[in-house]
Amino acid sequence: MTKDEIRGTVLRALGQIAPEADLSQLKPNLRIRDQLDIDSMDLLNFVIGLHKEFKVEIPEADYPKLATLDGCVDYLASHGGT
Amino acid sequence: MAWQTIAKSERDWAVTPNLQNYEDTRRTFSWESALRELDGLPEGKGLNIAHEAVARHADGPLRNHLAFRWLGKNGEVEDFTYGRLHTLTNRFANVLQNLGVGKGDRVYVLAGRIPELYIAALGTLKHRAVFCPLFSAFGPEPIRARLTIGQGKVLVTTQMLYERKVKTIRASVASLEHVLLIGDDHRPTNVPDTIDYRTLMERASDAYAIQPTDPEDVALLHFTSGTTGTPKGAAHVHGAVVAHHITGKLALDFHKDDIFWCTADPGWVTGTSYGIIAPLTNGIASIIDEGDFDAERWYGILQSQKVTVWYSAPTAIRMMMKTGPEIVRKYDLRSLRFLSSVGEPLNPEAVVWSKEVFGLPFHDNWWQTETGGIMIANFAATEIRPGSMGRPLPGIEAAIVRQNGSGAVEEIRDADVQGELALRPGWPSMFRAYWGEPERYKKCFAGGFYLTGDLAKRDRDGYFWFVGRKDDVIKTSGHLIGPFEVESILMEHKSVAESGVIGKPDPVALEIVKAFVVLRKGFEPTEELRRELLAFARTKLGAAVAPKEIEFVASVPRTRSGKIMRRLLKARELGLPEGDISTLEAN
Repeated sequence: MTKDEIRGTVLRALGQIAPEADLSQLKPNLRIRDQLDIDSMDLLNFVIGLHKEFKVEIPEADYPKLATLDGCVDYLASHGGT
Repeated sequence: MAWQTIAKSERDWAVTPNLQNYEDTRRTFSWESALRELDGLPEGKGLNIAHEAVARHADGPLRNHLAFRWLGKNGEVEDFTYGRLHTLTNRFANVLQNLGVGKGDRVYVLAGRIPELYIAALGTLKHRAVFCPLFSAFGPEPIRARLTIGQGKVLVTTQMLYERKVKTIRASVASLEHVLLIGDDHRPTNVPDTIDYRTLMERASDAYAIQPTDPEDVALLHFTSGTTGTPKGAAHVHGAVVAHHITGKLALDFHKDDIFWCTADPGWVTGTSYGIIAPLTNGIASIIDEGDFDAERWYGILQSQKVTVWYSAPTAIRMMMKTGPEIVRKYDLRSLRFLSSVGEPLNPEAVVWSKEVFGLPFHDNWWQTETGGIMIANFAATEIRPGSMGRPLPGIEAAIVRQNGSGAVEEIRDADVQGELALRPGWPSMFRAYWGEPERYKKCFAGGFYLTGDLAKRDRDGYFWFVGRKDDVIKTSGHLIGPFEVESILMEHKSVAESGVIGKPDPVALEIVKAFVVLRKGFEPTEELRRELLAFARTKLGAAVAPKEIEFVASVPRTRSGKIMRRLLKARELGLPEGDISTLEAN
């Protein structure tokens, strides 16, 4: 999977959690939570969604690395999401 | 009991607990003596929360003592001594004065955990207006409902929250005269029909004298939810400060050199009673963290700020448990000495886990919006029975009650029998009204008790154990959500004929909001429509209130009188026996 493909899948997973959000406006280097109206349960569900999509084990300790869109893409690219 | 009692001895005490002998303290305690720990306004002019919290310390030896240390999301740090907090809150009181806001007018604040929220809260109390916090994760509809019920006159919010959540509903709140905007990134705001907060603060005077305040003057308005109807605004008075103060001392064991961290948001009652008032009246330093939950960030704060007393919530503790003990061990948390938790019942696993990992057990306690302060607690000096909420505070009489055949309330004196948790009225922080709804308020009292709506048991030694809610209110991540508020919004969507909303059990949040939806003729239960409904609900209600799951069903079970049988929906969701369905319509 290319980084662009990973990015597309990540955005799709985010769209499942917050379908009201305009993800085209999302700044990739800023925290997702600061830009969208999502709570900690949404974030948890988002990570579970990523785990299902990418078949990657994501330990809770790594959640902070998934705080931004860029962070998600880098993490998944380096953890077998390619 | 399956879980072993956690015994305490003097070896466990880093400092001598304020409450050492539970029975003795209960026997000798009186609210009159608790009141004597406070100063009262000079010249006998009454009792004002902000005077006890700020003014009296700023004029005394604590003037240069840290009151709040604010930690910004992006690493900023800002310190507020009692002296500085006094000046800033005087300014905000003058801002209200200059706007023509009077005693008893409602001042709402919708903001994340930024310093302005705390300054506005305390300045409002100095001015004898009523402080009403709104959780920043509410969507426009919960904000509109709460502003309307409390007839808010002033709203303080940030430019971003205003544009996202308030602008669309502003015109429908007729009482709202002034909107004060806090510019994001410290820039002045220039938005039509609003005023720039910082400009007003700069122009306001540093001097403000608190006017005579009757202990029964309303100070705080906290919204909570019932099963049916609109949200309820629980009104608390300035006299509540006696309970805030003494429960901070007895249940949270505040000592003068403590560094306290209450992780709750002031949008909910814990974040106001214990995130603002109680630590200040006790003259101690508090940490305010603007950031959202993140286990490592939190351990980092505990370490770098040398937090001694930590008050958190079960959802956060369970998330920390998922993150694992190895990360905790990377941090030096030797400053910590007392851990406490509130919001939902703390499961025994979490109590035992924290004892293993932090070397200190979390002490669960119980209270609710209506009680204004901690009512039942596990104390620093007394043993913990994991899973129990503990025993009533000195000055608090709790009981388990039931309604007998004729509808009268009677106390259950036998141990381990389930009933409704009830309290004898009369403690200072008891709510005095549901705003504008005297009938609803009256219904909470019967047989000489305040009825809490929580089901519980009491064991033979007087420890209380939470069982569940008597009504259909949903407990999620420490917040109460009223199913009706969610159902009403779903019904506004053109595709929805009926909806029933329940709390679905969840291992982290206790419950999550789940909606069952019956579609109108002509609409198909597609994934696309499910997403559209989710987006609709989230836009109107906000992430904190909107359902996390939506399921299409052919019908929603109702009683013959037409009431939604949410319990039955829940039983079906869980695959449980459906119980007595004699009053159920054919489904």
